[in-house]
Amino acid sequence: MEVYFDNSATTKVLDSVKDIVVKLMTEDYGNPSARHRKGMEAEQYVKKAAEIIASTLKVSPKEIVFTSGGSESNNMALIETAMANRRRGNHIISTKIEHPSVYNPLIYLEEQGFEVTFLSVDSRGHISLEEMKEALRPETILVSVMYVNNEVGAVEPIEEISKIVKQHNPQTVFHVDAIQAYGKYAIRPKKQGIDLLSVSGHKIHAPKGTGFLYIDEKVKIRPLIYGGGQQRGLRSGTENVPGIGGLGAAAKEMYTNHSEKVKQICDLKDYMIERLGEIEGCTVNSYRGEESAPQIVSASFGGCRSEVLLHALEDKGIYVSSGSACSSNHPAISGTLKGIGVKPELLDSTIRFSFSIFNTKEEIDYCIETLKQLLPVLRRYQRG
Amino acid sequence: MQYKSFLIKYAEIGVKGKNRYLFEDALVTHIRHALKRVEGEFTVTKESGRIYATAEGEYDFDETVDALQKIFGIAAICPMVQVDDNGYEDLKEQVAKYVDEVYEDKHFTFKVFARRGNKKYPVTSEQINRDLGEVILTRFPDTKVDVHNPQVLLHVEVRSRINIYSRVIPGPGGMPVGTNGKAMLLLSGGIDSPVAGYMIAKRGVKIEAVYFHAPPYTSDRAKQKVIDLAKLVSRYSGPIRLHIVNFTDIQLYIYDQCPHEELTIIMRRYMMRIAERLAKESGAMGLITGESIGQVASQTMQSLAATDAACTMPVFRPVIGFDKQEIVDVSEKIGTYETSVQPFEDCCTIFVAKHPVTKPNLKMIERSEENLKERIDELVETAVNTVEKIWC
Repeated sequence: MEVYFDNSATTKVLDSVKDIVVKLMTEDYGNPSARHRKGMEAEQYVKKAAEIIASTLKVSPKEIVFTSGGSESNNMALIETAMANRRRGNHIISTKIEHPSVYNPLIYLEEQGFEVTFLSVDSRGHISLEEMKEALRPETILVSVMYVNNEVGAVEPIEEISKIVKQHNPQTVFHVDAIQAYGKYAIRPKKQGIDLLSVSGHKIHAPKGTGFLYIDEKVKIRPLIYGGGQQRGLRSGTENVPGIGGLGAAAKEMYTNHSEKVKQICDLKDYMIERLGEIEGCTVNSYRGEESAPQIVSASFGGCRSEVLLHALEDKGIYVSSGSACSSNHPAISGTLKGIGVKPELLDSTIRFSFSIFNTKEEIDYCIETLKQLLPVLRRYQRG
Repeated sequence: MQYKSFLIKYAEIGVKGKNRYLFEDALVTHIRHALKRVEGEFTVTKESGRIYATAEGEYDFDETVDALQKIFGIAAICPMVQVDDNGYEDLKEQVAKYVDEVYEDKHFTFKVFARRGNKKYPVTSEQINRDLGEVILTRFPDTKVDVHNPQVLLHVEVRSRINIYSRVIPGPGGMPVGTNGKAMLLLSGGIDSPVAGYMIAKRGVKIEAVYFHAPPYTSDRAKQKVIDLAKLVSRYSGPIRLHIVNFTDIQLYIYDQCPHEELTIIMRRYMMRIAERLAKESGAMGLITGESIGQVASQTMQSLAATDAACTMPVFRPVIGFDKQEIVDVSEKIGTYETSVQPFEDCCTIFVAKHPVTKPNLKMIERSEENLKERIDELVETAVNTVEKIWC
């Protein structure tokens, strides 16, 4: 049995998405900037994708800029907003549990003379609104908070944060990394007060190398990539038409019967958390229902190193991730897990299970039975 | 100046008496093989104690030199210009042209070193030296002659054609691989073992390798890393057959039956035993490890003695007297360092005790191994029979 429980790392491309990608590579392969018919056809696909995405967010298609993925979206949102607004101030606020594609651009900005405040989180992974209030300064130009934490699935109070930020200074730009949230939540940037929103395609069954940045028309931002002036000069480079077409199709699919789809995934999460209760020495770092993201279950298995458990599960056909997949090449311990106060001895024993619409309850049963089989053996053999 | 030809010099092969042709032929074979992967067509010939590689048309100079620099047995590579014998005056012209094109900056000291393979040539070597020296001095007034310690030693060899060369690019030295038998390398994925394999291969030894894989404690990436390392070493040693042993059950059995502090040393003794069996099956006559005295607990003098006692074949440890930095230097030179330092766990560290024994007593270790009597033979048998073999 092959069970893929690593959907927060990446997802399988939908068949309908694959079809459109292939069509755009082999039939309608024109360059959207070309003057001829083939170019115009391609341009229409890009326009259509922007419209679909804009409608899922209830924003204008002109506010969607296609990028190469989540990391590029985050880089552009942070670096180019900070640079474009640096005359107004040099202070930025973010959190201690951000993804490296937010954290590292912020470190870069620190080197460029900006000052960054990183807010800590409570045991549930939430930042404190009080602390946010206190951190805001007259020279704060940018606030960046992730919607859903990629490691434990904590959901930040985006709307409340925005209110506080905007009350303090309506000109302060509010960026939200929604890479783990888009497709799972009905996000309304205009209503929730989000100025910039980063999204990645391959987390919602579109191909890798796709994504977009929502940029509210009022935001002052500069391009990250200069060139032929595509996408209104904000993101040069010939559009990745197959990827963009695929991203549009995936967004449409995810937001059709959206609440049913989310409920299906959320039920899997709840069932997983319930069944993990049967396993001795297991601490779950995520919550049932709306208390945390619908697709992520983080759990610590005392006395068993996560990498060993990961490979043992892999041997049984179950794919999971240890900590966050994007950073699991580094032996460094996760900032999120430390941030929410996971006990030191459990930091290196934490596994993330993440679900998609392709998963089933039977797969969870199989996973739980496998864990019950493996853990006693794995716990018997330890180092030290 | 377009070099069309390379004179390949070898060092120790020259003194191998009646077996000399075996070494030379092996070297020619290796050179032909290596140059097949280089852009361009080459003929490789053996002529009166010399090996020449000559390009048949367009070729990539840097790529060619790079390929030749990885062939053990080559002491030096001399890019050479070959001219037809069109008379003495023409030779003077050709030499002047050579100097002009090869050396942009003419501020150097030189000496002409002529030799006649063709003794019928009308001018003696001594006379050629003097005449050509004069031509160079006249044409390029910035040059100076220095017969004792010249910066440029210009070789002019008069044979059926005339070879002119002055650049000497060092080769890796050593002996052609395959001329000194075969040995089995214990390849762990660290920095030391690829260097050890390289050093033994350099002495003309053909290499096979064994890697101990311990899933799920070691990952497929760790295994891939070892495959990558074997491929990197194979650029010098020629193709390496890598034996991948599934070691998990043996390791866990030792964990269950023996004192934890002795785990590593006992484990290593079983690795040696298994490596020795695989070596015998492959016709290898020795084992190679990357051990260096005192580097870790399992490499103290006592530990090495205890490990050594587990097998009867000679165990070669070419980096035994090297400091870590010295090993790192070689691994950087041969291009294995970056791969070696990828952070994947190998099977030696997964169960390592907080305080492993550093001075194991062989008697004690053997007594502990008595605890394994019941199942170890069967486990070793299974491990040997389920080996995965990959050509790298």
